[in-house]
Amino acid sequence: MKLSTYALSAVAAAALTGLSTTATAQTEIQWWHAMGGANGERVDKIAADFNATQSDYKVVPAYKGNYTETMTAAVAAFRANEQPHIVQVFEVGTATMMAAKGAVYPITELMADANKDFDQSVYLPAVVSYYQTSDGDLLSMPFNSSTPVLWYNKDAFEKAGIGAPPKTWDELNAAAQKLLDSGMTCGYSFGWQSWVMIENYGAWHNLPMGTEENGFAGLDTEFTFNNEAVVNRLQSIADSQASGLFKYGGRRGDSLSLFTSGECGMWMNSSAYYGSIKDQAKFTFGQTMLPLDTDVADAAQNSIIGGATLWVLRGHDQGDYAGVADFMNYLSTPEVQAWWHQETGYVPITTAASTLSAEQGFYDANPGTDTAIKELSLNAPTPNSRGLRFGNFVQVRDIINEEMEALWAGKATAQQAMDTAVERGNALLRKFESANN
Amino acid sequence: MLKRVHFGPSLLPFLLVAPQIIITLVFFMWPAGQALYQSFLIEDAFGLSTEFVWFDNFKDLWNDSYYLGAFKRTAFFSFTVAALAMSTALLLAAMVDRIIKGVFTYRTLLIWPYAVAPVVAGALWVFMFDPTLGIFAYALHTVGYDWNHKLNGNQAMTLVILAATWKQVAYNFLFFVAAIQSIPKSLIEAAAIDGAGPVKRFFSIIFPLITPTMFFLLVVNIVYAFFDTFGIIHAITQGGPYKATEILVYKVWYDGAVGLDLGGSAAQSVILMAIVIVMTVVQFRYIERKVEY
Amino acid sequence: MIENRPLMTLIAHLSLVLGVGIVAFPIWITFVASTHDALRMTQVPLPLWPGDQFFVNLHAALFKGVHAAGGIPVGLMMLNSLIMAMMIAVGKIAISLLSAFAIVYFRFPFRMGFFWMIFITLMLPVEVRIMPTFAVVANLNMLNSYWGMTVPLIASATATFMFRQVFLTIPDEMLEAARVDGAGPMRFFWDILMPLSRTNIAALFVILFIYGWNQYLWPLLITTDAGYYTVVMGIKQMLESAELSPEWHLIMMTSLLAMLPPIIVVLSMQKMFVKGLTETEK
Repeated sequence: MKLSTYALSAVAAAALTGLSTTATAQTEIQWWHAMGGANGERVDKIAADFNATQSDYKVVPAYKGNYTETMTAAVAAFRANEQPHIVQVFEVGTATMMAAKGAVYPITELMADANKDFDQSVYLPAVVSYYQTSDGDLLSMPFNSSTPVLWYNKDAFEKAGIGAPPKTWDELNAAAQKLLDSGMTCGYSFGWQSWVMIENYGAWHNLPMGTEENGFAGLDTEFTFNNEAVVNRLQSIADSQASGLFKYGGRRGDSLSLFTSGECGMWMNSSAYYGSIKDQAKFTFGQTMLPLDTDVADAAQNSIIGGATLWVLRGHDQGDYAGVADFMNYLSTPEVQAWWHQETGYVPITTAASTLSAEQGFYDANPGTDTAIKELSLNAPTPNSRGLRFGNFVQVRDIINEEMEALWAGKATAQQAMDTAVERGNALLRKFESANN
Repeated sequence: MLKRVHFGPSLLPFLLVAPQIIITLVFFMWPAGQALYQSFLIEDAFGLSTEFVWFDNFKDLWNDSYYLGAFKRTAFFSFTVAALAMSTALLLAAMVDRIIKGVFTYRTLLIWPYAVAPVVAGALWVFMFDPTLGIFAYALHTVGYDWNHKLNGNQAMTLVILAATWKQVAYNFLFFVAAIQSIPKSLIEAAAIDGAGPVKRFFSIIFPLITPTMFFLLVVNIVYAFFDTFGIIHAITQGGPYKATEILVYKVWYDGAVGLDLGGSAAQSVILMAIVIVMTVVQFRYIERKVEY
Repeated sequence: MIENRPLMTLIAHLSLVLGVGIVAFPIWITFVASTHDALRMTQVPLPLWPGDQFFVNLHAALFKGVHAAGGIPVGLMMLNSLIMAMMIAVGKIAISLLSAFAIVYFRFPFRMGFFWMIFITLMLPVEVRIMPTFAVVANLNMLNSYWGMTVPLIASATATFMFRQVFLTIPDEMLEAARVDGAGPMRFFWDILMPLSRTNIAALFVILFIYGWNQYLWPLLITTDAGYYTVVMGIKQMLESAELSPEWHLIMMTSLLAMLPPIIVVLSMQKMFVKGLTETEK
């Protein structure tokens, strides 16, 4: 009998204890994020520094796994009414978050409700444009933003006799060939292939990825990235695998080791890999702007950002949100932003932080670290380079990954791969449209 | 089922089964019911707008060639893992049966992968076969074979099969050793006197006598490959490249937790539940029969 | 042995040594990787022979934690895994013993209904029903607690079924004798059934301890408080985090640590485990 009563009372006790957060004088603000590693420690520091500036609120950061896991956790928590105040969501989740009008608390509205000063003009246009409504209201607070750049191995370039880093795709291929001639087995690789080779390739050459201003103008958007420019470029990359000019190294940042181990001489991926490359590469390296496809455009437009923003979720006491607003303002101060930017390689979100970094001599001491900002602010964003707002885009990215893998593996031509990706992607867009109507 | 001699009716048996039943109801039946209900809905991720669509989610699955592909892939994966794990284990068990010294040592050295978490097993294997860094990828490369499981679907499938099999050999091995040892020695001696060699004896006597164990293990292994390999796939390939390693349980999780397509994912859950129920009944019938003879 | 054939015995030993080699090679690689520093782990080819960083890495993993897993000390994660594994193993065995006892030794209404209800839960893993189960646990306010991490996983058809099989093989005379002595049901349970099932309890403990220790997705979803993270969760997170590359030397050190407790449990209880496992199924 003992055991069964024990088990019964265990169930009962479990129902009672659980999540009984002890009430303290301070209001706790839950912040779920996806920043592992050294960046996770920096997130903790930002929260701790904010907590030290005042005594009413306590920001509690919680690491929830990678971007997808963090978003899933927040969605599941919202459905169960256990959501955090703030959740970090990567840029491709924007449409999903935005469509959930009853769930998210737009930043502009939050600031107005809390009567806090909020001047949107201090933010870098290329950074915030991705997260604004058509009326210009800010939906979420940019936190860690980056953009793809071209990383190159300076030692290998010297050995191969390459003078300046490549500016166009032709020069990139020529440089890759020289690297091969000098004894390397791989010219270049890239990671986050949908982001770098489809999304940013489009923005960089001022081409749309889909209709309705890349989804900004309506849910009835359709993909158009199976255009001639993309298809030709991808086909030429796929063909160059045979000679070793290009080597595919996996999704996300998996191909980083191809670059840091010295196998590939060039690598296109996020500017935020600065820290990792610095830790792991035994050679001197540099970063430069993405190559221009001269068959497609005469000059580059601007690149679009990746990374994540902080979304505020509804459903807490209104009093809590004053603290959230204070925290968002604290995050945007030039000092915090400049520190975050210099430590991590993410781009600063305000002009002031960028200026402060320049004044502190950061760019002089670390040449190339301003490449990302230069790319983002090269020109005023057009509807093609402002950003993307496609529903179910997390899955669409994986579809693009799959189809590009089929292309690299020789199972499909670039035209076939992109046509299939568009067709499958459009099916998901329709599904999203019908779920959010 | 019930003992011929048993206790009479009272409140006690209800109290005894209560903890198990309560937990089953609350944490199994209730969520399963929700999944069933969810499978008839199209809903946005946050649950803010909901539409009842009857069997549309199931129809979508039926028309989804990728879902049917995942079905076939799961079948291939499960049978390959089961066949490889069982044949390796049987071979090792037959060898153990032949030796006298060191049985305990060998067994100790062979059973520990059973204790390794699927995710950890995945981490180990992905590390050994990392196309750039991995020790095996390097070795293969030096002999002129290009290993890149991030691009080559067959290689990716091979890798997850190897990792899944590696973890499962131990379990099969234990059962085969026990089964072989339970065969009466007199049978084998008689055959030996008749002049049957070790190989012939194995196939004519040992093999037929352990078929019940093999059947039992087949079901266990298939269930293992169907469900418990989630962690391995999640850690090694995440279903890629080009869906080459996307098995059913991974797809359910992916569509629900990553794609946030709760209706479609729930419909897949319902189908998986049906498969599980069938497998359970099959296995139950079989074990029940065995107990009775 | 039946006849003496030295050649066959040699072949047998050779195959077994080969088998052991294949099975053990991954752990050797793991061990080697855990003894080098970060830079060495990015240079091809990777070492096959241990380096001198074992204790440095051990210290880093145990007390500082690995960056990618949020910097939580592995020591703390191991403790959480241990608590979770113990609660699941003990809980499952307890409730399964009781329900198997009821089903085998009592005649009562809905007996078969209960049996099937338990049995149907046999193999459907939590991955497949994870979102609705999460909702239930959240509604019961059990997020971020050891109860939430364990209770939903405690219902066990396997264990119930196994004890049922064990009880069915126990001769009826036992109960008759106990009745003659005037023993009530619970007395019979404690004094007769429990001692007779000891081997099976041990075997199940091993299986369930491993099951609990190896849980990954469930604790990942329901814990937001770093104080509850388990070591298996930690390893998966170390493999993949935004814009960082895996720190293999520490991941492999953590893997080594994460494998240790379940392997110790299996090997230390090996005899009872093997006996209990194979004898009931046959």
